[in-house]
Amino acid sequence: MYTKLTQEDIAYLARVTDASRVRAGCEISEDYSHDELGGVSHMPDALVRVMSTQEVSDVMRYANERRIPVVVRGSGTGLVGAGVPIEGGIMLETTGMNKILELDENNLTVTVQPGVLLMELSAFAEAHGLLYPPDPGEKSATIGGNISTNAGGMRAVKYGVTRDYVRALTAVLPTGEVIQCGGKVVKNSTGYSVKDLLIGAEGTLAVITEAILKLVPLPSVTVSLLLPYDSIRAAIETVPVLVRSKASLTAIEFMERDTILFSEEYLGKRFPHTAAPAYLLLTVDGNDQAVVERELGSVAELCIKNGAWDAFIVDTQERKDSVWSARGAFLEAIKASTTQMDECDVVVPRDRVAEFILYTHEVAKTLRVRIPSFGHAGDGNLHVYICRDALNEAEWEQTLTKAFDLLYGKAAALGGLVSGEHGIGYAKRAYLSRAVGEEQLALMRRLKAAFDPNNILNPGKVV
Amino acid sequence: MEIIVCVKQVPGTSEVEVDPVTGVLKRDGVASKMNPYDLFALEAAFALTEQYGGTVQTLTMGPPQAKDVLLETLYMGAERGTVLSDRKFAGADVAATSYTIKCGIENIGAYDLILCGKQTTDGDTAQVGPEMAARLGLEHASNVLSIQEVKDGYITVIVDLEDRRQTQRMELPCLLCMEKDANTPRLPSYKRKCKVQPAQLRTCSAADLGTLDENKCGLKGSPTQVERIFPPKKNTDKTLHTGTPEALSNILCEALAARKLL
Repeated sequence: MYTKLTQEDIAYLARVTDASRVRAGCEISEDYSHDELGGVSHMPDALVRVMSTQEVSDVMRYANERRIPVVVRGSGTGLVGAGVPIEGGIMLETTGMNKILELDENNLTVTVQPGVLLMELSAFAEAHGLLYPPDPGEKSATIGGNISTNAGGMRAVKYGVTRDYVRALTAVLPTGEVIQCGGKVVKNSTGYSVKDLLIGAEGTLAVITEAILKLVPLPSVTVSLLLPYDSIRAAIETVPVLVRSKASLTAIEFMERDTILFSEEYLGKRFPHTAAPAYLLLTVDGNDQAVVERELGSVAELCIKNGAWDAFIVDTQERKDSVWSARGAFLEAIKASTTQMDECDVVVPRDRVAEFILYTHEVAKTLRVRIPSFGHAGDGNLHVYICRDALNEAEWEQTLTKAFDLLYGKAAALGGLVSGEHGIGYAKRAYLSRAVGEEQLALMRRLKAAFDPNNILNPGKVV
Repeated sequence: MEIIVCVKQVPGTSEVEVDPVTGVLKRDGVASKMNPYDLFALEAAFALTEQYGGTVQTLTMGPPQAKDVLLETLYMGAERGTVLSDRKFAGADVAATSYTIKCGIENIGAYDLILCGKQTTDGDTAQVGPEMAARLGLEHASNVLSIQEVKDGYITVIVDLEDRRQTQRMELPCLLCMEKDANTPRLPSYKRKCKVQPAQLRTCSAADLGTLDENKCGLKGSPTQVERIFPPKKNTDKTLHTGTPEALSNILCEALAARKLL
């Protein structure tokens, strides 16, 4: 099937890149054997810190000829095992390709290498009065990884997801050829959109080595409201009301008190309000203080009419930090609260969010397992975590399978999908065919074979 | 408990530019906000009145728009606010500021406790609070980490002395400057915002503060003369070394020793 890496192969890798950037066998840190998902790990045989498109191309051409599996890794913050080299082989680490190459203020684009971190890109854009809107919680993820999972984040309600901000990609095919798809253009009807196939492909179709991203003018005023509610049902049921009211919201997040308390413990920092069982956190942005305030006023009134105790104003940097830093730490906080966890990143129509979350409570009760959740109420993308706590290995496997079957089944029944932004990777493959059907899965497999005839690029993932 | 909290309006960002020629802060177009340190004093005040009863009122000195920060204190839980505003107060250093605010406090009347933030993000002196206490003849404590209890006319607080913590029992009334992160400040409430009445805010000029000596206020009353304000030189020089952790730690050690930092 695949060729095992030899000394000769490692010597080749060192020749086309640089010996100081190639590691093999026990020189590789254990970190590279897994991502943030627990439960799946495998060491690569060689780790290459690539620095250019040419290097990636040289490695891919060679690996394809020699039938060596290749997996690309950014910061390793994925949550579905997409970056785990389950077949061993070569791992290409892109974190050295971390240059912001060009800011084009005439076209409002930024050209980056794939290893640039999300937090570096957003800080760079803001320093130039611009905004890179995709805003996933994990700010230390690379842009390459964000593109590969089509990451969304909290501002998706107003601004959309990563796909909406990718204008062009330079990518290396598994066979070594370099392609450029898209351009600094706003419109594009030029043939099949290969660029859009590569976005969200989780590193299975090609290796992204450069991206041109779209930026927008930075809104000068951003204010959030924190709304306490009696129950998660009351909180989430306000969301369709807000959507119907045509309020222009940037983010609509929901959170439960338990999750907030975990994050308090994890960060060692108190959240400004914890008396209520459930909260909504809304954001409005714009360029006119008066307009934003008017919008906030009507949103606050509407929420209070629909059961919010009050609307707390989150306007200054200190206040934003106190609220949003807790929100940003939810995932890590839940992780720290248990022995092991697995997650379900379903997306459902926005008016079905309350129903789904209440169902997770039911499942938690039935299976006697803790299932904390939080998520993007405004776009229907939920992060639901099944916590192992004191379960033994066998009980855990069993409970997890049951919980996933129930949760994905419910999501499908509500018209939802398996993943909103974390991807399929290794962990969620079993649920992909159920979501898209056999015909579409077969089509995806034919596409994969067209890009990667020898199945050497990130094998065993997605399809 | 009747508590007065002193607050200040400061530039909304910490990255205020200094005009390299005139040495004046460029405030144009920079939004303003409440001094972040004052939020801890406010929260401490609200927590005390929740526990022991009483009211919180707030006081500031500044241009007329400084009343915006007082409004914010009303949204957070204060009952009344007073802004000391007069051209005669402008250009004050810490001595003139503490004198003017002291007159404002005397004008407000009876109180059990005065709370201040530890310092401001624009002046950064941390002197106004203690100077006010001296002028009012009150005991005071700075860097207060927490308030333990109020009992029989005394308040017990824990003070951060950097190398140790000290418990102090002080007679009321007194003045406390709250340490950063002493608590988690509450957020302004939209419901309170909707209920605010104009009568809850009061503006006082020099003439309104009857006993005030104008010669001790503003630029005229400030013994401090600012000769020059300039932005510190930025240095982004970098040296990059590569090698094993052992070799790198030796290089770092030598570099620090060469600069007499070790």
